[in-house]
Amino acid sequence: MLMSFDTFVFYMFAAITVFASLRVITARNPVHAALFLVLAFCSAAGIWILLEAEFLAITLVLVYVGAVMVLFLFVVMMLDINLEQLRIGFWRWFPFGAALAVIMVFQMVWVLGNRQTAETGAQVIKHAANYSNTKELGRLIYTDYVYPFELAAVLLLVAIVAAIALTLRRRKDAKSQEPNKQVLVKKADRLRIVSIAGDSKVDSAQ
Amino acid sequence: MSYLSTLSSAYAEIFLLVMASSILIVDLFVTNPGKTLTYVLVQLTLLSCALITVMTHEPIVVHLFNNMFVDDLMSDVLKLFSYLAISMVLVYSRSYLMLRGLFTGEFMVLTLFALLGMMVMISATHFLTLYIGLELLSLSLYAMVALQRDSATATEAAMKYFILGALASGLLLYGMSMLYGATGTLEVAAISDAIMHGVDNKALLVFGLVFVVAGLAFKIGAVPFHMWVPDVYHGAPTAITMLIGSAPKLAAFAFIMRILVDGLQPLVMHWSGMLAILAVLSMAVGNITAIAQTNLKRMLAYSTIAHMGFLLLGVLSGGIDGYSSAMFYVVIYVLMSLGGFGMIMLLSREGFEADKLDDFKGLNQRSPWLAFMMLILMFSMAGVPPTAGFYAKLSVLQAVVGAGHIPLAVMAVMFSLIGAFYYLRIVKLMYFDAPESHVPIAIQPDSGLLISINGLAVLALGIMPGTLITVCAVAVQKSLMLH
Repeated sequence: MLMSFDTFVFYMFAAITVFASLRVITARNPVHAALFLVLAFCSAAGIWILLEAEFLAITLVLVYVGAVMVLFLFVVMMLDINLEQLRIGFWRWFPFGAALAVIMVFQMVWVLGNRQTAETGAQVIKHAANYSNTKELGRLIYTDYVYPFELAAVLLLVAIVAAIALTLRRRKDAKSQEPNKQVLVKKADRLRIVSIAGDSKVDSAQ
Repeated sequence: MSYLSTLSSAYAEIFLLVMASSILIVDLFVTNPGKTLTYVLVQLTLLSCALITVMTHEPIVVHLFNNMFVDDLMSDVLKLFSYLAISMVLVYSRSYLMLRGLFTGEFMVLTLFALLGMMVMISATHFLTLYIGLELLSLSLYAMVALQRDSATATEAAMKYFILGALASGLLLYGMSMLYGATGTLEVAAISDAIMHGVDNKALLVFGLVFVVAGLAFKIGAVPFHMWVPDVYHGAPTAITMLIGSAPKLAAFAFIMRILVDGLQPLVMHWSGMLAILAVLSMAVGNITAIAQTNLKRMLAYSTIAHMGFLLLGVLSGGIDGYSSAMFYVVIYVLMSLGGFGMIMLLSREGFEADKLDDFKGLNQRSPWLAFMMLILMFSMAGVPPTAGFYAKLSVLQAVVGAGHIPLAVMAVMFSLIGAFYYLRIVKLMYFDAPESHVPIAIQPDSGLLISINGLAVLALGIMPGTLITVCAVAVQKSLMLH
């Protein structure tokens, strides 16, 4: 049986996603790794479009590809990352990690690949052309899901507070005058009177 | 009835959020180094939250926000203990953090947000709110561990905590997504119903369950997912360690109750086995490794791991007895852990942490009262009668035996015996060794009074545990959907 066009597109996007994700962790150049991550995000957005989740797909591209990854690329380009140092010990632990990964893959294939699981997710409802995914999401977020939505907002506030608390600091080596402190200065703050013991030779001569 | 009055069960959360945001602004204008106004406002907020929780209590179980929020007796009791724990953390840590320049408005606001996360977790009946509450708590804690930026150990601890915490969240979310795939819902009660009415694919459910349990184990620090606990407890400033080691355990208990007992009760034969392995390993590794520690904070970290094993024993015994004994255990544990870390902070001074075992040598000669309080706390952690820790262990063991897990009970007793060694070693150091330092101990009146109340409360709850045990039993009975 020939697979439908949808299925073909899905497998294509899925293959690109897997390939790009693999390259993210194997690429030697961090800039390449970041760009492969962009590719992975784009193809994941494609899969979401197939699932009729247009709003999420567009948000993924706009927010992650457009904003987060660009910021990330800036950071990667500004930092001089020594990859060779990061890779020390990689091959020593590789067999262990690979064995674990293979076991995980087998388990997942066993659970997710069996017929019952495949049937569980088979009934994806198809909507008419005038159906607006964005409108539906908006309606749900401000009605049924208003509580988690507000909590997510609090989470972002905490992130802002934490980021500022961790990064905002006055430079210790900054040289600036503080006139109020200069005016308030007392003699005792500046002048230290040290009593020096008398010269022992002079003492003995007298 | 207006919409706002229907939300009365969530007034405490709403009030806390409003106050935390307001204090964030007010703090900008508080310039004195002690941040007195901010501190007073935070303590008043906690007190008001407690009053609101008591006043808005309803005798029935109230569901709000489209079944994502629940107000029942268990959540109210746990919330009240959380306010108390956070308030005690702030009293204990005030002068300690001030000496280190860390007693800032952000610290207090982040503490309030962490408390909000705990409250959301305690009242959550939906995977989304469970997860967001957990993240709210974790994110605040990660930031607080890193607050001491010039300390290499604190930064390292924050990195480890953040990365492993993110991994645990990933595991938990993956497990939740599998359960969602199998049952088609994220609501805890609906998941339970769906599983009871028969899900075609049992393998998918168990697969999701494994990830959920692993994620939970990571978060509470059960062996073999405990690697982060000693480093974080050791590296973070003691005040933050105390915060991590106290109130969040109450939220973790509620989290386990909601997700495993309310949601996945039909899979009990699968998860009770997993919890048994986690519990035995935690008690073994926690108690045995703690013996080798020379740092008290690290030792208490391993002791936490062992105590979490005991908590899991109570949960896996099941039934009202099991769950209420676990709840009693966690409340008593929080009280003991607050006292233990509080003592480290009391003995510390500027440039001196008092977190080595040797720092406790001859404490009896330097301050007999503090040594006596530490004696009570250590006896309680070891489970020596007549302290509260004894009754906590006893009630869990009774539940375990009642559920027919005799080998588990025997192992629990054996590992507790091993654990008693390192708790009693501190008593020996305090009473029979000569002090290494004769610097007078400067005790702030507020934290000195609190440690006395804390120690005596542990003793009093050991002599009269009846009320608290009844409260826990009634709370569990009225709140959980036991089948």
